[in-house]
Amino acid sequence: MRSFGGNVLFLDRSDINTDEIIPARYLTEMTKAALKPFLMEDLELEEFRADRDLAGVGAIVTRANFGCGSSREHAPWALEVNGIYLVIAESFARIFRQNMFNCGLMAVTLAPETIARLFERFAGRPTRVGVDWNAMVFHFTADGISEQVPFALAPFDRALVEAGGWVDYADRRY
Amino acid sequence: MGRTIARKIFDTHRVDTPAEGIEVIRLDGVFCHEITTPIAIHDLVARDKDRVFDPKRIKAVIDHVSPAKDGKTATQGKVLRDWARRHGIQDFFDIGRNGVCHALFPEQGFVRPGDTIIMGDSHTCTLGAFGAFAAGVGTTDLEVGILKGVCAFRAPETIRIDITGAMPEGVFAKDVILSIIGRIGVNGATDRVIEFSGPVVEAMSMEGRMTLCNMAIEAGGTCGICRPDRVTVDYLWPFIREQYPDRAAALEAFQKWWPDPDAVYAGTLVHDICGLEPLATFGFKPDQVKPVRAMGDVAVDQVYIGSCTNGRIEDLRAAAAVLRGRTIHPSVRAILSPATPKVYADAMAEGLVATFMEAGFCVTNPTCGACLGMSNGVLAEGEVCASTTNRNFAGRMGKGGMVHLVSPATAAATAVAGHLATAASL
Repeated sequence: MRSFGGNVLFLDRSDINTDEIIPARYLTEMTKAALKPFLMEDLELEEFRADRDLAGVGAIVTRANFGCGSSREHAPWALEVNGIYLVIAESFARIFRQNMFNCGLMAVTLAPETIARLFERFAGRPTRVGVDWNAMVFHFTADGISEQVPFALAPFDRALVEAGGWVDYADRRY
Repeated sequence: MGRTIARKIFDTHRVDTPAEGIEVIRLDGVFCHEITTPIAIHDLVARDKDRVFDPKRIKAVIDHVSPAKDGKTATQGKVLRDWARRHGIQDFFDIGRNGVCHALFPEQGFVRPGDTIIMGDSHTCTLGAFGAFAAGVGTTDLEVGILKGVCAFRAPETIRIDITGAMPEGVFAKDVILSIIGRIGVNGATDRVIEFSGPVVEAMSMEGRMTLCNMAIEAGGTCGICRPDRVTVDYLWPFIREQYPDRAAALEAFQKWWPDPDAVYAGTLVHDICGLEPLATFGFKPDQVKPVRAMGDVAVDQVYIGSCTNGRIEDLRAAAAVLRGRTIHPSVRAILSPATPKVYADAMAEGLVATFMEAGFCVTNPTCGACLGMSNGVLAEGEVCASTTNRNFAGRMGKGGMVHLVSPATAAATAVAGHLATAASL
């Protein structure tokens, strides 16, 4: 199992689609590593600049319906090869969410008011999140402030993360 | 407790319940194309598991970039082609026989009521038009499907949308689904199956139903699904005539998939289309919808007719009816990509291809290319396209381009006018 957490990127918009996460023109690549430079190249978000804002990021906090649109698993892969193993959102599109857990990555849903509070307190400050896998708690910290946020994972999602993804899980079981 | 269509399909295909609320189902079809499958193939090879669960249940097509536009897309095609050969996958469609997957596979009779189908493509939801459970998945789900013939889903909750009223003149299935997405939003059906029912759906052809179900994903839906009826039987009859003594018997067999009268839904909605007008999207989300009439003067550089949403014969007929005796505006370039070779051949036989060409359209081979900005009609920065496709996301048809989703009739009228326009306004 991977280690989750790191520097947090706040993306203050709902309905960020997988074309924005990785444009279709890069779907001709046949390795995950080749996707690395193109993550969020087309993201429609004021003041966001992929080349500046993605460096050193380990986790994303965002709003509702993250990952809608295309089924391309290139979206989680583009996150993965950039070291982003954790996305926290109000909600996710079904296929994107499943793809994350299928890859052994985490797509965690928190209540809209919790997300709103995290944006209020932490967005705009250099923020880190740590993940306590056993206690199921996120530890958010920024210069002088911190917050602990409990989270829930469905047993199946947890099993996929622990197995390292769906292929290994399914191969053992079916 | 009464069951929905999806619930009935899951109950007959469930092989495991690995955790509460999760059902692993047996797959009747695993469909593949050259963009999302090769990485799954490579991973299976790397794991020393280069096997397929059943070559007869796997269908494969090269459709997204066809003909290949460069070395990378040629390699993607080659990986799929070589894999299909070495595993004896008979239903593999290469250039000359290939078409847009969600138009081609149903046309080949591969989708039957009650089937379970996955594909590494979000618009797989199209195939629910036949009363099947068909869902787009990522490459990992596809890989496990190829290897094991199973896929895991959350228990399928269903929203039923009863579409009532009568189709106004000049309004098509595309306008109906855009109006629904505009109403419920891009997140309105996330993690849910949408059962489309009511008199408007019953009166629709299979082509119309496929257009409707195709865009279920644009509201977040796992699958769009229609109850299989006489229209379904008639469409499938050439493929099923050996199985049933007559069409009535086929219909009776299909009816077992109908939802129970007391089926339990996560939500129901009555969507009346009286007074509906031709619609177009604005902005970068498919739920940003308004009447074409209210769009103002929106000049377009390109018009595109094709795709898994609107590249079927009825779509071409509707567009050609608008174009007959007219020519496209000099500032517009217009592209038609019939979705399959059969659609192309039928369109030629009916004289539609001549109508498009006389109007000034470029007619290309079947491919998905332009819809997602991969080939065959990519936009330049700042360009505007009226398109019969399904996504108006930023950059979708080319970086910095703008897409307005419309019906084929509206696309044709727009090509003639040079700006977004309805057929009635010409």
